[in-house]
Amino acid sequence: MSATSQKVLQKKKKNILEYWMSHQLSDDGLREDLISNEDLRIQSEELIDVLVDNLSETNSIDLHAESWDPVIEILGGISITRARQGFSPRETGNFVFALREAILQVLSEEIKSQPEVLFEESRKIGRIMDHLSVITFETFIKGREEVILRQTDEIAEISTPVIRVWDGILALPIIGTLDSSRTQVVMESLLQEIVETGSGIAILDISGVPAVDSLVAQHLIKTVSATRLMGAECIISGIRPEIAQTVVHLGIDLSNIITKASLASALAYAFKSLKLEVKKANVLTKI
Amino acid sequence: MDRIPILRMGSFLLVTIQVDLYDRLALTLEADLVQMVNKTQAKGVLIDISAVSIVDSFMGRIVGNIASMSKILDAETVVVGMQPAVAITLIELGLPLKGVHTALDVEKGMALLKTMIGDEEADESEEDDSVAE
Repeated sequence: MSATSQKVLQKKKKNILEYWMSHQLSDDGLREDLISNEDLRIQSEELIDVLVDNLSETNSIDLHAESWDPVIEILGGISITRARQGFSPRETGNFVFALREAILQVLSEEIKSQPEVLFEESRKIGRIMDHLSVITFETFIKGREEVILRQTDEIAEISTPVIRVWDGILALPIIGTLDSSRTQVVMESLLQEIVETGSGIAILDISGVPAVDSLVAQHLIKTVSATRLMGAECIISGIRPEIAQTVVHLGIDLSNIITKASLASALAYAFKSLKLEVKKANVLTKI
Repeated sequence: MDRIPILRMGSFLLVTIQVDLYDRLALTLEADLVQMVNKTQAKGVLIDISAVSIVDSFMGRIVGNIASMSKILDAETVVVGMQPAVAITLIELGLPLKGVHTALDVEKGMALLKTMIGDEEADESEEDDSVAE
C-alpha cells in the first residue's frame, strides 16, 4: 500500500465507515434482533480505525507480519462474539466483504485519475481483505466449536444425577446414549455416592436409554460389577420390551444381574431386601 | 520383614490392610492367612481394604486366591471398604473377583459373615436333628 493511498484512507476514514454502514444496513442479512445499529457502528468504527492505522507499505505484501496482530485480535473478537450470539456464517462473512466494497469505493473515488495505481492498490486491498476473511471464518468456526464443546460438557454433567430415594437406596436414572466416557462419569459418581452415603443398594434406571447394543451392555455390566466390588447391590430397572429383545438377540448374558421392568418394582425389591415394609396407614374414622 | 497382622474374633479372622500392598507383602499375607485359617478352624475371613488406594492385577489375583483357598478350607471371605477408584481399576483390569463376597464397611461385613455362617450352622443342626430322629 503506497503512502499516498494510505493517507487517502486515513483521511477518508469517515467516508469508509459511512459506505460500510450503508452497505450493512441495506443488506438482507441485517440482524437487528442480535445487535443494535449503534453497537454495529461502534464495532465497525473500531475495526476501521485499527485497520487503517496499521496499514503500511511493507505489511500489505507480508500478510503474516506482526503489525497485523492488533487487527486480527479485534477481528477475532468480533467474530467470536458473533458466533456466540448466533449469527450465521453468511452474515459474518458479509460483514467483512462489505468493508472491502467500502474501501474500494473510496479508493476509486480518490484516485480515479490514475487507473494503473488504482488497479494496483485494489489488488493489494483485495489480498488483504481475503486474508482477513479467512481469519474471520477460522475464528467464527472456533467460536462455534467452543459453544458445542461447552454444551457437550454440560449435557454430560447434568444428565447423571445420583438420587437418594431412601435411606440406603440410591437411584441413578440414565438419559441418553451410554458411551465409554459417560459410563466412566456415571460409574465414578455412583461409587462416590455409595461411599458417602453408605448405601447398600443402587438402582440403575435405563428407561431413558434409547438403545442398548453390546457395547452399552458391556458398560452396564462393568458398572454393576464395580458396585458389587464396593459391597453394594446393583439393580438395573426400566428395561423396555424392545431392549429385552435386542439383549437376548445379541446373546448378552445378564443372568447374574438383578433386572426389573420398572423403577417401582426395583424399589419394591430394595425395600424387601432391606426388610422394610410399605403399608397404607390406618385411617381412623371419627364418630 | 513387615507383616500384616491377622486378628482372631471368635470364629472369624480379621485382616486390616493399612499400607499399600507390595508383592512380597501380599504373598506373605496369603501364606499367613491360609495357615491361620487352618490353625484356628475359622469359618470366615474379613479383609478390610479401605486404606488401599493403589491396586494392580497381582493384588487382585492375590485377593481372589485367598478367597478360593479359604473356600477350600471351608471359610467364607468378605472384602470390605473398597475405594471407588480401586473398584473401577479392578473392573477395567477384567478382575470382577467372582467368589469373593463384598460389603461396604466392617460392620456390614461382619453381619454378612454371621448370616452366612449362621445359615450353614442352622443347616447342620437340622441335619443333626434328622439323624437323631
